[in-house]
Amino acid sequence: MIRDSLILAKRTITKMFRNPEQFIDVTVQPIIMTVLFVFIFGGAIAGSTDKYVQFALPGIIVQTIMFTSLTIGVNLNTDIQKGIFDRFRSLPIARSAPLFGAVLGDIVRHSIAITVTLVFGRIIGFEFTTPWWHVAIAVLLIIAFAVSLCWVSVLIGMLARSAGAVQGLSFLIVFPLTFGSSTFVPASTLPTWLQGWVAINPVTHVIESMRGLLTGSTGVVGDTTTGQILWVITSCVVLVGVFFPLATWAYRKKI
Amino acid sequence: MPAAIEAHGLIKRFGKTTALDGIDITVEEGRVLGVLGPNGAGKTTAVRILATLLKPDGGTATVSGLDVVHQATAVRRKIGLTGQFASVDEDLTGMQNLVMIGQLLDLSTRQAKVRAAELLAEFDLTDAAGRLAKTYSGGMRRRLDLSASLIGRPAVVYLDEPTTGLDPAKRDDVWDMIRVLVKQGTTILLTTQYLEEADALANEITVIDHGSIIAHDTPQGLKRQVGGQTLEVRPTDVTSLPRVRELLVRYGTREPEQPAPDLLSVSVASESAMTTVVAALAAENISVSELSLRLPSLDEVFYSLTGQTKKDETPNGAAA
Repeated sequence: MIRDSLILAKRTITKMFRNPEQFIDVTVQPIIMTVLFVFIFGGAIAGSTDKYVQFALPGIIVQTIMFTSLTIGVNLNTDIQKGIFDRFRSLPIARSAPLFGAVLGDIVRHSIAITVTLVFGRIIGFEFTTPWWHVAIAVLLIIAFAVSLCWVSVLIGMLARSAGAVQGLSFLIVFPLTFGSSTFVPASTLPTWLQGWVAINPVTHVIESMRGLLTGSTGVVGDTTTGQILWVITSCVVLVGVFFPLATWAYRKKI
Repeated sequence: MPAAIEAHGLIKRFGKTTALDGIDITVEEGRVLGVLGPNGAGKTTAVRILATLLKPDGGTATVSGLDVVHQATAVRRKIGLTGQFASVDEDLTGMQNLVMIGQLLDLSTRQAKVRAAELLAEFDLTDAAGRLAKTYSGGMRRRLDLSASLIGRPAVVYLDEPTTGLDPAKRDDVWDMIRVLVKQGTTILLTTQYLEEADALANEITVIDHGSIIAHDTPQGLKRQVGGQTLEVRPTDVTSLPRVRELLVRYGTREPEQPAPDLLSVSVASESAMTTVVAALAAENISVSELSLRLPSLDEVFYSLTGQTKKDETPNGAAA
């Protein structure tokens, strides 16, 4: 089971390097987002781009990861339609091995996206103000969140009729989650009704944890970094608890 | 000694549609069964059940004596699947595709590479081994598909419409490869829409329609049932069609049909009818641009077996 999943994870990774558009998702896209927000909006929002990069970069990492963790649904949907999963299923391997292989392979995508964003951020002036192991915890935490969130995408990938529909539905979910959070602006500048949503949006807690771990800033939404991390771990448990069974159920039903 | 494939009363429904309405299939070890039927007859559903991809709603099936539902994993070690649905990964090279499947079949990476190279050579793909599968031509893809299903040296191979969409030369290539498999003692279940294909490869033919078996026989027996061969005549001058029709009524075993505005076809009892018709055409001084003898098409098979044409708009001779 583990060996089969690793063999299939290798397939996911090989495919990623073969498809430039998937590779752009995790390399060029975070750079474009960073440039766009830091240099265009940074001055207006925070007074200077230097100050804003400290504020926005943790959020941009989270946003990038949200988008990359939703690619899995599109890929699985395409695979099933092309009949590759039928081939896998006619082999004597665990039925869920192709699913775990895809998720494992995606961890490599996430790692690339995080590294690219952090390195590019450092180049344009982002400063790590916390010990190295805080940074390590931040990376592990965001990957854990991505792996938990990907089951939502797997479920959509199984339910939607086409890869295009998966893409559309995923964006519908990701946009309110990322923009309705403290990614780009402090939550205190938002209207009260929106602040309510931001406070309960799990993505806000992910971003605040990242800020705390990477820059030592404490809670814009008013909790300590440790508190935020506990929130994130809770969200991960809930996401996996709800969407993992649903996704595997839909997978078994679909193929 | 159980048969290689044995299915009894297989039933499968999708919502209100009954895809399989209780079919029986038996294939003895080392034999080739051709399953002939139009699109939507239930051929693929039957293959998917026998390949453990679908669970039947009723009936039982075994492969090498192993139950396809309760011993699915053991069955998967025995089978290879190629066809319309099981496919290769277009973003991997031919070699990578085969090595990956070898590894999933518990070969070591080394063994998988050796086996992959062996199959690529056998299927004349060695030169293309390092190219992405999406750059392959239709015929090459089909060969890669077929080799992918043979990595584990399966005892039973399912070929789901292996030549649909291939041009005749490529089709002959695939046929040759299937014959090699048969020589090695592999049991094969082949689905097809062409009687010609089933006739060329199979020991026995099962004809299915709307999820039920409507005929089962040897190719010889089936051809006898459906009226042997079909003679087609295309006169140079369309105005001579009525006279050609009269001739064909005389020598054919059934009322002639008109598949195209300038073409007449009729079932004949034997090849010798061809010579008789040629002589008669010469005697009547009718020149023809095309004269051919072929096996009946799927439509004609169905017409003979059920007395109904498959398509409502199938042209008949009345238009002449």
